Amino acid sequence: MKLPIYMDNHATTPVDPRVFKAMTPYFTDTFGNAASRNHSFGWVAEDAVEKARKQVADLIGANNKEIVFTSGATESNNLALKGVAEMYAEKGNHIITAATEHKAILDTCKRLEKEGLKVTYLPVETNGLVDLDKLRAAMTDKTILVSIMYANNEIGVLQPVAEISKIAKERGALFHTDATQAVGKVPVDVIKDGIDLASISAHKMYGPKGVGALYVRRRNPRVQLTAQMDGGGHERGMRSGTLNVTGIVGLGEACAIAQRDMPEESKRLSYLRDKLKNKLMTELDEVYINGTIEHRLPHNLNISFAYVEGESLLMGINDIAVSSGSACTSATLEPSYVLKALGAGDDLAHSSIRFGLSRFNTEEEVDYVGNKVVEVVQKLRELSPLYEMAKEGIDLSKVQWAAH
Amino acid sequence: MAYSNKVLDHYNNPRNVGSLDKKDPHVGTGMVGAPECGDVMKLQVKVDPVTGIIEEAKFKTFGCGSAIASSSLATEWLKGKTVDQALEIKNTDIVNELALPPVKIHCSVLAEDAIKAAITDYKTKQGEKKPESVTA
Repeated sequence: MKLPIYMDNHATTPVDPRVFKAMTPYFTDTFGNAASRNHSFGWVAEDAVEKARKQVADLIGANNKEIVFTSGATESNNLALKGVAEMYAEKGNHIITAATEHKAILDTCKRLEKEGLKVTYLPVETNGLVDLDKLRAAMTDKTILVSIMYANNEIGVLQPVAEISKIAKERGALFHTDATQAVGKVPVDVIKDGIDLASISAHKMYGPKGVGALYVRRRNPRVQLTAQMDGGGHERGMRSGTLNVTGIVGLGEACAIAQRDMPEESKRLSYLRDKLKNKLMTELDEVYINGTIEHRLPHNLNISFAYVEGESLLMGINDIAVSSGSACTSATLEPSYVLKALGAGDDLAHSSIRFGLSRFNTEEEVDYVGNKVVEVVQKLRELSPLYEMAKEGIDLSKVQWAAH
Repeated sequence: MAYSNKVLDHYNNPRNVGSLDKKDPHVGTGMVGAPECGDVMKLQVKVDPVTGIIEEAKFKTFGCGSAIASSSLATEWLKGKTVDQALEIKNTDIVNELALPPVKIHCSVLAEDAIKAAITDYKTKQGEKKPESVTA
């Protein structure tokens, strides 16, 4: 077993060697521009892009022509929201999203609000899921788009997208989902799930960074977008810019592998995740899982160790790469807004650790991580005045803290 | 973010971890911070009644590595000082000693506050006790 161990796979994943191998010829030998229509260099590149387009489409049950390549999920989210807002401006001016979305959605919505759109940010329940009745209540005749993520990047919970899309459709709104964390990990089917637009990223599923896609439905209904990038009219006018052929080939190969391996891989990962969870929950007291465990990505565990601050825990497990919702680990010095949205209290957000397993993690690594985390949490609780007070039976919520 | 060797040393080998008897008249207790802010420090001193010198100092901290290191360092510095000397410890001394980056300065401020709170608690206890102890 090699140290350090990488278990931060919601941030990014390593490129699968098979993906890397598929990409390599397109850097040097077959380097053509996929838009070059009059020589073989261009044709070879175009063929590679079209093969990848089919691989992406197949993974999500879409048609080739419904895939628009982008630079990643942030761009896909921007294109979906801004593109719809602009295209359907005459139809309405209201977008519904959720408080626990990725910043690429939330900040795009804030921008749209400045431009005069109305945005509803749905709260989530303590399990991290959107309340469908609250969604129904928020829908108006002016609602043009509902954008709810498929799987959350921090707590891994899977939103009931099929039900959400139905509600959107009943009121004539489009449904977009940021499926960055879900595609390649759980079955995403644009037909069954009723998805009109879906954002996809390669580097979360063992592909390269800097490439992604936006699924744009062509039938029932035909979704139209106003392009956000002007230029040569690539990608059927929806996204200009010379295609990132190597990246696109990598995304395609990553999708093909994911489609082939998903059933076994998700079984193995949920076994490992549950093993880690059980280890932590049996050997430590006052450990809380953030978000529902039933509706969740198989490789995600987000867990709070009460009375222990997240950054100090990360410091003690410095041979393991994971992340924390603690304020001290964020650039803004604010604890995770996702965990705060669950209503568990800031103190549990400060104490949270996100584990994200990958196809490359071994059982030996999981055992090592489990042992190490237990050891460090116990050590830090010995240091924690809060743990001592709790053990003395003091209700910490009733204490008058000298806040600073 | 890289931690200084001194922060790492205090984190890995924290000095004077523990608790003193809060009810002891010679013990002063300071507790500062709040769980929702991500850091709580408890710092205690035990003062020798004859010499007025701090003979023991203990801490427990919920917080990041720099908060743990700041309070651990504070207990080291407190031992052997008089109560008034203890009040001269400034957060900037802690920042310099531990080479804390700007985002971690609040940890040192918290440690200074904890020292002040512990000494104030001790002085209050002594003040309350004075009339009785005169006759003793």
